[in-house]
Amino acid sequence: MHEVKYIRPKSLADAVQTYRTTPGCRPLAGGTDLMVMLHARTVRPEPLALLDLWWLAELKGVRRVQDMVEIGAAESYTGIIASRDVQQHLSALAAAARTIGAAQIQNRGTLGGNLANASPAGDTLPVLLAYDAVVVTDRRAIPVDKFFVGYRKTALQADELITAVRFPIGRQVAFRKVGTRAAQAISKVVMAVSRDPARIAIGSVAEVPLRARRAEAALDRGDVEGAIAAVADDIRPIDDVRSTAAYRRTVTQNVLRELLESVRGAR
Amino acid sequence: MRFTLNGREVSFAGSGARRLLDVIREDLGATGTKEGCGEGECGACSVIIDGEVVDSCLVAVGQVEGSDVITVEGLADGGRLTALQQAFIERGAAQCGICTPGMLLAAHVLLEQSRRLTADDVREGLAGNLCRCTGYTKIIDAVLSCTK
Repeated sequence: MHEVKYIRPKSLADAVQTYRTTPGCRPLAGGTDLMVMLHARTVRPEPLALLDLWWLAELKGVRRVQDMVEIGAAESYTGIIASRDVQQHLSALAAAARTIGAAQIQNRGTLGGNLANASPAGDTLPVLLAYDAVVVTDRRAIPVDKFFVGYRKTALQADELITAVRFPIGRQVAFRKVGTRAAQAISKVVMAVSRDPARIAIGSVAEVPLRARRAEAALDRGDVEGAIAAVADDIRPIDDVRSTAAYRRTVTQNVLRELLESVRGAR
Repeated sequence: MRFTLNGREVSFAGSGARRLLDVIREDLGATGTKEGCGEGECGACSVIIDGEVVDSCLVAVGQVEGSDVITVEGLADGGRLTALQQAFIERGAAQCGICTPGMLLAAHVLLEQSRRLTADDVREGLAGNLCRCTGYTKIIDAVLSCTK
């Protein structure tokens, strides 16, 4: 087995340059996904080097930028939960972050890492969709709605690094995760919902975190019952080790009803 | 590369991509840290890095260059156990012992953050540490006995 090299870049510019010029290079942040896959040797192609983004100051922190909140790609969920801007403007993101793993995982997990890993079960990914967040990279801004292009496939180019995620503020989003237990659980269904504009984003029910377009269209017409009926056709759940397609379909409809009531009640 | 392990500076010459867990156990001989699942689910390999509790199976050793790492061996001061360790013994908060180092470290950080904790705070703070003997009640009692 070849030895994987570890590279700690000095700056974001250094990281961008190294990523572009080093064959077999794989970005690493908190390691909550990648270190597991590396140890199990399921990363394809097998990386020759790890590019450690964890310590880059440019990728840390939560900032208010005009009418947006910008979160560094390598900021930890613990840092996100502690941010006053997040608590004040992105309460659904704070709620989602608190459901991720437990202290050990929240101390290491990052938005950039979860976006790049693009797991359909990523707990914060539906929240990003419901807020219409924008993924900022070293070269462009990608609406998160255009980011997940297939099972664990993203719109990122081969040498493109995620640097931050931007969230517009002033939107009310409700969040709910359904798992086997409160902590350390991978979602069976995870959902984030906004009433105005109509956004219904769901994880663990398809090969990507998805927006339920038919349900959103019904909600746009003010047809709540129509949205709850339509969402069953928007999702593509499967039977797997965590749950069944039938369970996920029923729970998706129930959770949508609950979240729509909670966003209505809050206004 | 160098980092601090239990207050002592250590150096490591191998690949920085290796898991911190493996380097601590195999290269540095601190076998108090246990491997459970190797997937960040069970917390048996918990260590404290710069004051935060982290699963050492998820950390590449290169990432702790210049950091302060504490394992269960670093809790006691010489032969003198901490109040938390003493409470674990007195209250029978260990059965098979595999989860104990991680439980102690996660609880240690929790108590550093606040001495005013409810049973729910302790349960949430230790949610990342699984005990497969399911002896949680005594563990939670032991931690609560160290609160104000």
